[in-house]
Amino acid sequence: MPSEPDSRVALAAYAVTKRFPGVVANDNVDFEVLSGEVHALLGENGSGKTTLCKMLTGMYQPTAGRIEVDGKPVVLHSPADAHHNGIFMVHQHFSLVERLTVAENVMLGWSLDGSRIRFKRRKAEQEVARLAEQYEMPVDAGKMIGDLSIGERQRVEILKALCRGARVLILDEPTTVLTPQEADRLFASVRGLAKAGNSVIFISHKLHEVLAVSDRVSVLRRGVMTGTVELGDHAAAVDRKELARMMVGREIELGRRQRAARAQEAPAAGLEIKELVVHNDLGILAVDRINLNVAAGEVLGVAGVAGNGQREFAEAIAGVRPRSGGEVCVGGTPVRSGRPLAALAAGMAFVPEDRMGIGLASGIDVAENLVLKSFRTGAFSRGPLIRRGRVVENANALLSGYELRGGPASLVGQLSGGNAQKVLLAREMASQPKVLVIAAPTRGLDVGVTETVRKLIAEAADRGTAVVMISEDLDEVLDLADRVAVMSGGRITGIVDAEGADVEEIGLLMMGQEQAA
Amino acid sequence: MSAILPAFPIRLEKRTDRTPRWVQAATPVGAFLFAFVIVTVILLAGGHNPLQSYNAMLQASVTSTSAISQTLVSATPLLLTGLAAAVAFRMGIWNIGGEGQLYVGAICASGVALAIGAHGIGLALPAMILAAMVGGALWAAIPGLLRAYLNANEILTSLMLNYTAGLLLDWLINDSNSYWRDTSGASAYLVAHGKTIPGSADWPAIGGGNFSVPFGFLVGLVVAALLFVLVRHTWLGYQLRVTADNPGVGRYAGMASKRNFVIVMLLSGAIAAIAGASQVGDFTHILDPTGLQSPQYGYTGIVVAALGRYNPLAVVISALLLGAITNAGINVQSATFPQSLTGVIEGIILFCVLGSEIFSRYRVRVGAEKATVTA
Repeated sequence: MPSEPDSRVALAAYAVTKRFPGVVANDNVDFEVLSGEVHALLGENGSGKTTLCKMLTGMYQPTAGRIEVDGKPVVLHSPADAHHNGIFMVHQHFSLVERLTVAENVMLGWSLDGSRIRFKRRKAEQEVARLAEQYEMPVDAGKMIGDLSIGERQRVEILKALCRGARVLILDEPTTVLTPQEADRLFASVRGLAKAGNSVIFISHKLHEVLAVSDRVSVLRRGVMTGTVELGDHAAAVDRKELARMMVGREIELGRRQRAARAQEAPAAGLEIKELVVHNDLGILAVDRINLNVAAGEVLGVAGVAGNGQREFAEAIAGVRPRSGGEVCVGGTPVRSGRPLAALAAGMAFVPEDRMGIGLASGIDVAENLVLKSFRTGAFSRGPLIRRGRVVENANALLSGYELRGGPASLVGQLSGGNAQKVLLAREMASQPKVLVIAAPTRGLDVGVTETVRKLIAEAADRGTAVVMISEDLDEVLDLADRVAVMSGGRITGIVDAEGADVEEIGLLMMGQEQAA
Repeated sequence: MSAILPAFPIRLEKRTDRTPRWVQAATPVGAFLFAFVIVTVILLAGGHNPLQSYNAMLQASVTSTSAISQTLVSATPLLLTGLAAAVAFRMGIWNIGGEGQLYVGAICASGVALAIGAHGIGLALPAMILAAMVGGALWAAIPGLLRAYLNANEILTSLMLNYTAGLLLDWLINDSNSYWRDTSGASAYLVAHGKTIPGSADWPAIGGGNFSVPFGFLVGLVVAALLFVLVRHTWLGYQLRVTADNPGVGRYAGMASKRNFVIVMLLSGAIAAIAGASQVGDFTHILDPTGLQSPQYGYTGIVVAALGRYNPLAVVISALLLGAITNAGINVQSATFPQSLTGVIEGIILFCVLGSEIFSRYRVRVGAEKATVTA
C-alpha cells in the first residue's frame, strides 16, 4: 500500500486477490499505473499476469481487494465498464474484420455522435486520420484490413481504443507477432502515447524490449507481486541486477539432483548442435546460430524467459520443425531436418511444452496415444490390423509405475494435466532414447507429479541419455541440470555450471547481455 | 454503451467430460421426433390430415415386404454416397464431390458393361464395380491432390467438379455420338438416350416373392463393415483418426498427412462411384443423364452421413431412414401432396438433427451464472 496517495495514479489495484477452485492466481497484489508512464508487467506463464489484467479490464471480479481509477474505487463488472473508465486492452489476437476498412473497424459498434443508424464515413475517416497523425501511427483510414500488414493492424487496434477514449492501454505481448522493425515503430508509438499523458501497461517476455520502452517494471511470480523498479536512465546496471533478482529469486530450495560420480574419461557423444538457425511460423528468425553439445548422461538446462526461441529450438532439434540452417547430430550421426521419423530413428525423444497441442491426441484413448511412435514396429499389428490386446498390454506395462488415474481406454482429453504428462513421458521414455528433449517439464503440475517427472529426468540421464531440458523455472533448471545454457533473443548468451551458479549472472544473461568470453 | 447481451437465464456450458452415451443416442432420436412435430404443423397448415399422411407414408415405406423392398431401392444410392461422405467428413476432409463421383462411376460402369457385359454377370459385375471405383477415385484425386499439394480448398474444387461431371454426362448422351449413346435407329435421334447394357450385365436382386434386396445395397453393407474395420481396427485408420483429432500430433509423430489426405479422397470418391455403378447395374441399365442428376444422391449422401454422425454403421440406419422418407414421398405424392413437401420434411429433419448436435457438446443450464471459470 502506498504511504501517500499519488495524484498521478491513473489505475491501481490494491491488495487484490483472485482465487479459482484450487488455485490462487493473484495473491494480495498491489499494482499502480501512473498517467504518462509505460509500465511493464513481467512474469512467467501462469504467474498471474493475465488474471491481473482481466480484473483490470472487468473480465474477472477480484475475490478480495479493490481497483481504483484516478484514486476512486470502482467496480468493473464487464469490459464495457472498463471502457467507460478509459481502460482498454489490445490482445495478441486482433479482433478486426478483414473485409472492412480501417475506419469501419474503428467505428464498429460505436459512433462518434451517438447516432446508431448512420455511418458517417467521411467524418470517421477524418477522425481516424487525425488520431493516427497525433500519435504518429500512420495508417490509411480507407484501406481494407485484409490489405494491411500485421504491424498496421495492431496500430488499428490501438487507434480503435484511442478513438473510444482510452487513457490506459494494456498491450498483451504486443511484439510476438511483429518483426523487429515493426516492434521498433510500436515502441515509438507507445512512447508517444505516454508522452501525451496516457498510461500503457506493457506485457512482455522479452527483457530487452521492456528495458527499451518502459519507465517502470513490475514482476509477478506465482501470483505474488515481487516488486516494482524504476528504470531511470541512470544507474541502469543496478536496476538490471535488481530486476534479475526479482525475476529469478530463489525462495524455495528444492532437493538438488544427486549426480552420479562421472568417470574421468571423455563422455560419449550425445547431442551436437551446430550453427542451428530456425524460423518461427511467421517466418521470423527465432533461433540464431546456436552451437551446443550435450554429452551422453548429461542434463543441459536451457533457461530463459519464454518466447525467446525455446519452442522453435526444441522443435527443430526433434525434427518436428524444419531447420533453416545448421546441423543436428545424435551420437555423431547427422539427423535430417524436419523429419520426425528420422529423429525418432536416431534415438530422439521429445516432450513438447504444448502437451495437448502436439504431444497427445486428446480424442484418442491412452493406449493408442502410447503407441503413437511405436505402432510402425509391427509389434502391435496383424497385417494391417491393430492388435488391440497388445496395445492395451503395452499401455499397462508402460504405465505400471505411474499411478495413472484412468485406464488404457480413457480418452487423453479427460485426463488431468499431470496424468497427461505421465502418459507423454511414459511413451517417450519407453524407447530408451539417446537424446531426450523436454520442454516445460513440470509446468502446471502438482508437487507429486513434479517429483515423479524430475526423478524420471534424472534416471534418464543416469542411463546415459543426453537430456536437453528447457524450462522457465530457473530453480528447476539449477536443481536438475549439470550445465545451464541461457537463451535470449534466439541466441545462447552464456553457459554456466549449475553447481555454484551465480543467479544474478544468469539473470543478466537472460536479459541478453552476452557472457564475456 | 450498455451491455449488448441481456443476462439470459438459460446458458450453454461446454461439456468438458465425455458426452454420456445415452445423450449421444437420445439427441438425434429426440431431434427426429421434434422434426415430426414441426412437420405436423406444416401439414395442418397445408390442409392435410397429418394422421392420414403419416399412415400413407408408412404404408408406402415399411408396412409390407414390397414397401420395404421399395425403401431399399431408394436407400441403396443414399447408403453408398452417405458412406462416401462419412469417411471423408469423419477425417475432417470436406468432399462435397460425391455427386460428380457418382456420375463418373455410372459412366465407367456402363462403359464396361456395354463392352464386356455379354460375357456374363460373373465377369461384368466385378468389372463394373472396379471400373467405377477407379474412375471415381481418379475424379476425387483432382481436388485431393490440389488440396494436399497446392492448398486449394477441396470444398470448392470438389463442388465445381460436380458440374463438370454433370456436363460430361449430358455431352456423352445428348451432344455427341459417344460410345454410350444409342445411335441405332431413327428414334434415337428424336429423343437422345443411352444404349441399354446387355441383360447379362444386370445386377441380380436377392430375395424372393415380392421382397428383394438390390445387389448394390448388399455392396453398401459390405463397404460399411469394411469402413468400420478400417477406421477402428487398422493402423491406416489410426493415423487418419490421430490426424483428424489433432493435425499437430500427426506432424509430431511423422505421419504423412498429405498422403493420408489423398488416400481418404480416393476412398471417398471410389465409394460414391459404386452408387453410380449400382444405378446402372441395379436399376436403369442405361446411362441416363437426367435420371442420375435430378435426385441429387451425392448431396443427399452428405445429409445421410451427418445424420449418422459419420459413423459407417450408423450411416446404414440413416440411409434406410431417408430412403423410407424419399420412397414415401414418391408414393404419397398427388395433386394435394406435392413431392416438394417430402423435400421439406427431409430438410426439417436434417435441420433438427444437426441443430441438436449442440446438446451433445454443451450442457444446458437454467439459472444465474456461477463463477466456475478457471485460469
